[in-house]
Formats: sequence, C-alpha cells, structure tokens
Amino acid sequence: MTSVLSEASFALTLALLLLAPLAIAGVALINTGLGRSRSAAQSLLGSVAILAVAVLVFAVVGAALTGTPSGAAWNFQLAGKNWSWAGAAPFLLGGLGSASQLAQLATLFEFLAVALATIIPWGSGADRWRLTAGCAVGAVLAALVFPLTAHWIWGGGWLAQLGVNFGLGAGFLDGGGAATVHTLGGLSALAVVWIAGPRKGKFPKEGLATAMPGHNAVYVLFGCLVALVGWLAWNVAGAVLWLHAAPAALVGTAINTLLMASAALAAAFTVTRIRFGKPDASLCANGWLAGLVTSSACAGLVTPGTALFVGLVAGIGTPLLVELMELALSIDDPSGAITVHAAGGLWGLLAAGLFAGGPGQLVAQLVGIATILGLVFPVVYLLFWTLNRLVPFRVDVDGERIGMDLHELGGGAYPEFVIHRDDSYR
Amino acid sequence: MKYAGLLVMPAGFFLSIAAVLLFPAPALRAAFVICGLAVEAMGLAVAVRGHMEARGSRP
Repeated sequence: MTSVLSEASFALTLALLLLAPLAIAGVALINTGLGRSRSAAQSLLGSVAILAVAVLVFAVVGAALTGTPSGAAWNFQLAGKNWSWAGAAPFLLGGLGSASQLAQLATLFEFLAVALATIIPWGSGADRWRLTAGCAVGAVLAALVFPLTAHWIWGGGWLAQLGVNFGLGAGFLDGGGAATVHTLGGLSALAVVWIAGPRKGKFPKEGLATAMPGHNAVYVLFGCLVALVGWLAWNVAGAVLWLHAAPAALVGTAINTLLMASAALAAAFTVTRIRFGKPDASLCANGWLAGLVTSSACAGLVTPGTALFVGLVAGIGTPLLVELMELALSIDDPSGAITVHAAGGLWGLLAAGLFAGGPGQLVAQLVGIATILGLVFPVVYLLFWTLNRLVPFRVDVDGERIGMDLHELGGGAYPEFVIHRDDSYR
Repeated sequence: MKYAGLLVMPAGFFLSIAAVLLFPAPALRAAFVICGLAVEAMGLAVAVRGHMEARGSRP
C-alpha cells in the first residue's frame, strides 16, 4: 500500500471519517428502539459506555496488534510464504504523530470500526444483559479479536496477502468493514445470545415464541436515516483507504451504497407486506440496515446493476431469516443483529467475490469468510463463555422483571409515562 | 452438542487453509475451500441444534 496521499484526498477522507460516527449513532438508536421501554436508558447508555471502553482499550492495546500495512508485524513462515498474523506497532499509539497521513487515517478508521463492532452485540442482548458485562465484552473484542481480524484484512496480514502469496485476486477485500465490523459483531451477538439465553417468557415450553415488539419505531426508523449518512461516509472513506479507489470511483461507491439500502428496503417492504398483509416497520428497518451492511463489502467493487441485485437479495432474505431465527431456531435477538450484521455481512463478502473479480477473487473471499466463521466465531464464543464465568452476562430474575433501567440505573428513560405491565410474568 | 458443533467449525477453517496451501490448481483449490465452508456450516448447524435442544429442556 502506498503511504502517499494528496492533500485533497487526505482532507476529503478525514472529513468523511468525521461523519462516519453517524453510522454508530444510527445503530445505537435502532438498538434502543427495538428494545423495551423499561430498558431504553440502559440500552443507549450501554452503547455509549461500550463505545468508550472499546476506544480506550483499542488505544492502549488493540491498535498495536492491528498495525499498519507498511508497519512492523509478527510473522511466521509456512510453505515458503510469509504469514503476517499480528501487528507489532508500539502500544498506546506510540509513533502515531510521525506516521504517514494514510496510516493516521487508517488508525482513525479502525477506531471507528472497533466502536461500531462492539456495540452490535449490545442490541442482541437487550433487556437482560448487564451493562458491566457488555463493557467487558467490548474490552475483549477491542483488545484481541478485532485487532487480529483487522490486521489480517486491513493491516497487511495474511488474508490481505492471499493475492500476492497465492495468486488469489487482490487478496481478501473488505472496503467498508463487512467482515471486521459487521460479521464479527453479528457473530459476537450470536455468542452473547447463546450464552445469556432468551428473555424470560420469550420461548414458552409449548407454543409459539412470544412477540416482544420494540418500544419505539420512530427511534428505529430515524436511526436508519442517520445510519445512511454515516454509511455513505464510511464506504467512501473505506474505498479510499482499503481499496485505493481513484477519485472518479468514489461517487459510484456512494451511489451503490444508496442503491443497496433502497433495494433492500423495497424488498423487505414487499416481503413483509405479502407475509403479514401490512409492511412491518422493524423488519423494513432491518432490511434497510442489511442493505447498508451488504454495501460495506461491495459498494466500491460492483456496478450499479449488481448493487441493486445484491441489495434485493439482502432485503428478501432479512425478514425471512429474522422469522426463522425466532420461530424455528429459538434465538432471541431483539435487534436482529445476527441476521442484519452477520448474515448481511457474509452475503456482501460473497457477492464481492461473485461479481467483482475472477475466480481467484472469489476463492480469496471464501477463505476470508471461512476464517471469520470457522476460526474467529468459535474463539469469540470461548472467550465470552470464559468471561461469563467472571462477569455474569445475565441480570437476575428480579432485574429482568422490573426492567434494566430501574435495576441498573435506578431510574427509567421515560419517568413521565406509566410503563405497562408485562403479561409474560403473570 | 453445541460445543461439538463449535469444535467442528475450526476443522472447516483448517481445511480451507490446507486447500490454499496444497492445491495450486484453481478448480481443486476452490472445491476444497468450498468443502471447508461446508464443514463449518455443518458445525454451525449442529451448534444451533444443540441450542434448540437446550430450549426444550428448560423448566
């Protein structure tokens, strides 16, 4: 990767990265809106607190392990090839001031990426996941899992080198963080949901799962719009930093992002209209977000026509998979993060291989997917399972009954309103 | 059962890596990488199945 960036490109990318946190804000709003009213303050505070913990831990430890493409790294030799598995940069961001402009921008991008990746599981554990445990999970992800994954993909690691070492296209490509942020965050959400278990009353011993709709569709849908701004900035900045896109390609990246989200929303709207007779607001929001997540993988790589198709598939699959998870697989995921971020991210990464390169690129994308799914996910589960022994994830029964706001914060998000009783506790 | 599934998943990963290392021919390499992913999918399916059984045994 070249370390030279024109002043104009530097300024543009920095400006975009300053807008990218809107994606985080959007996801936090969506998570809060899809949870219950008696846990709303804890949900939003949790997003902010986890973000803060993740950023601090990443600054102290994670950034060193992530490294930069041209920086020092830990390597081993296998089959005559060099396998870079971890960055070896100074701890506490040492040397950042003297690093190249590109390396500084890459580090800022990674800070934002780790913040988003760590708040994704928070929405899935809503209404029963303790704030302390959420912060502990954020710390573990930011200290170890995210940095290693980001190094492999963005820091010149072995996945990025698949093209150079084995002739697999341009190596594993992930311009907007579909793997490092969304698939990692979504699979972490699955691990959290499995460990913490479902909300009380969600899956009765007999009969269908109990419907526990989100408390504020306005938060959710406004979050979608806020996230769009962040995603546009995120994908264009990622295209500059990780795909080395020419300025002429950046408008296409932004348009593809918009196309994928729009196509996914239209598809989710249609599917839920056919399935339930009326469009479902939360599932449409999930479809929109899945389109954005998918765009993180391939907005900078595909044509607009392909972007439409990829977005449509994401939008059709999202409501069906959310329903399958809840009704058939007994996975209680209030925010739909497992479907939206993990499945959407995996689909986007696969689509990038299918539509944006030759057979070598497809194999590189498949190897990357195999790594996230087959290596990172079991490690994440093991880490979380161990962490759960030290910092129990789940709140006690009484806390779940009165709501996370009263139990953890001592006050509700909407003190002027009477919160209705939960029928599942009768 | 959930843990058995999670233990199978890294086997699929190593199969994919072995395919990249051992098979220079593109078609064979792609086939074995896909096999690795299939093993991972089976491991995930077993883990999901284990989760569903745990639901059934809940009081």
